Amino acid sequence: MSMMNQGRPSSPTGEVPVHLAPTFTGNRALMLEEPLIFESGSPQVTGVDLEPVPAHRSRLSGLERKGAIGLPGLSEGETVRHFTRLSRQNYGIDLGLFPLGSCTMKHNPRLNEKMARLPGFGDVHPLQPQDTVQGALELIHRLAGWLMKLTNMPAVAMTPKAGAHGELCGMLAIRAAHEARGDARKVVLVPESAHGTNPATAAFCGYAVEDIPADARGRVDTDALLARLGPDVAAVMITNPNTCGLFDPDLKRISDAVHAAGAYVYCDGANFNAIVGRVRPGDLGVDAMHINLHKTFSTPHGGGGPGSGPVVFSQALAPFAPLPFVVEEPAAPGIRGSNGVRYHLIEEETASAEDHGQSFGRLAAFHGQMGMFVRALSYIMSHGADGLRQVAEDAVLNANYILRSLEDVMTAPFAKSGPCMHEALFDDGFLKDTGLTTLDVAKALIDEGFHPMTMYFPLVVHGAMLIEPTETESRQRLDQFIGAMRTLATAARSGETARFATAPHFAPRSRLDETRAARQPILTWQPPIDDRLAAE
Amino acid sequence: MRYFTKDHEWIDVDGTSATVGITDYAQGQLGDVVFVELPEAGRAVVAGKEAAVVESVKAASEVYAPVSGTVTEANGALADTPDLVNTAPEGEGWFFRLRLSNPAELDGLMDEGAYKAFVASL
Repeated sequence: MSMMNQGRPSSPTGEVPVHLAPTFTGNRALMLEEPLIFESGSPQVTGVDLEPVPAHRSRLSGLERKGAIGLPGLSEGETVRHFTRLSRQNYGIDLGLFPLGSCTMKHNPRLNEKMARLPGFGDVHPLQPQDTVQGALELIHRLAGWLMKLTNMPAVAMTPKAGAHGELCGMLAIRAAHEARGDARKVVLVPESAHGTNPATAAFCGYAVEDIPADARGRVDTDALLARLGPDVAAVMITNPNTCGLFDPDLKRISDAVHAAGAYVYCDGANFNAIVGRVRPGDLGVDAMHINLHKTFSTPHGGGGPGSGPVVFSQALAPFAPLPFVVEEPAAPGIRGSNGVRYHLIEEETASAEDHGQSFGRLAAFHGQMGMFVRALSYIMSHGADGLRQVAEDAVLNANYILRSLEDVMTAPFAKSGPCMHEALFDDGFLKDTGLTTLDVAKALIDEGFHPMTMYFPLVVHGAMLIEPTETESRQRLDQFIGAMRTLATAARSGETARFATAPHFAPRSRLDETRAARQPILTWQPPIDDRLAAE
Repeated sequence: MRYFTKDHEWIDVDGTSATVGITDYAQGQLGDVVFVELPEAGRAVVAGKEAAVVESVKAASEVYAPVSGTVTEANGALADTPDLVNTAPEGEGWFFRLRLSNPAELDGLMDEGAYKAFVASL
């Protein structure tokens, strides 16, 4: 018989040497130190075998490229390794907790991925004849129906590409509505507790932005807002639940007053995950709200996007919604498999019996993020109404578990005002006199194996740490995170600060000089001087 | 005479011309400044409204005009060395100069003692 006779020891012997000297290669075991792709190849190498160009007469009138194009030169195998190595240094929701507040980094169910890869959804082209993509159009129509039902709003624009694009869509519709009645209002009110993109959107649409302060409970100062309403105010942009993780119970009262003053309510729906299935924004008097499919409806984001931000509209704004959109029509008799209906993409203002002349136009070249629509509908249908309600309930439960498990060692400025919604807000009060900052805590958290929380936002509290666990984290995982945060907070307060100041120590790169990176960014790789001389 | 606002701008007034910047307290709160957007000479600014933007590693913040007037000069040195705002906020790190259009607005501002007390109360 053949046997292993090399005397290879099968269990560790001897002491593990306790030294932190770097390895000869700079690699750490099988975690490889990865150079830039330009540094690892050579211009003489290529991964494809191209035919020599046949003799021809150039028609580029002397504009043809003469020098090297400067692409990196690697074989296919080395290219795959480069990007795979880089991906191992990345962190994502498939690796662990990602408590980035207001980002709703929940698990992306694999069923969604399977559905999105069906050829009838994955391999269609936006310019295909509509008769050949009836299933895809029906899917857009069905998802639109669910979004309207969940929000109790009568219209929805599916084309916006993400949250801020959705805000733009909503504000353009509001502007179109004012312009249609010849009312040139100039001001948009934005509470301090709103998302940071809201004032940017209003300014981009040509409005002057005015802040409305937050009250001591972390909610919008309703009296200050109502007092500011007047004939010059076009809209109020409000985030509910807001960036302090709190629900604003005054929203209906605010909406009624805003409507009485001839203005509209834009609601930032980024935090819809906290209330989906429980609260319908249409019942609160909202006129337009974007829904981040990549947050509440579990489509991938944070490097794995793209995002998708459909906008629901009230009756008042519906006529101004953008094109194109899908309608369901009776099919011509005798079309096989049609079940008597046909899905039609309205692309022109006058393309249907109904005139859409008041639409503010197009917001995107095509129909929207088809791949995300498939995933979102898959998520909605696999959860059902009861499942979606539980999503909101568990998201809120998990956030409150974190808030109450940490409020004694950290400082939670609004903890006294009752339960939070989907995210727990802390400030840097517990770091007072330690010499440490929110940034130091976030960097130390990386060493402990967690992605940091959202930092320094919202601006209404000092040194904010905004933690959103989402409903897809288990009790065990939350306890691990809480344990790590408690240990860090206790260490900081007991003067054990050395580990924080230069953290992270165990990441592929330790603390970076963010100031220098911002002031003197190096955005283009330059070959070493020797290579440049050789090329000349 | 130097005045201060509750939004942490300072203004040095000499007759009807004045120099504006942000206070040492403000730069400490902002952290390392990486970029400053300044108003062009000739632009009219209104008391309490945005006149400049200061960007730090943490966030972008608006700088308000302490009083109304017309900008006469912006501090060009801040384009290449925005860190002057951190190292000399109340000196070389000034933002812009302006000609006052309504000197009476100065009455609503704080003097140095009042501002110090205000910061201590934060």
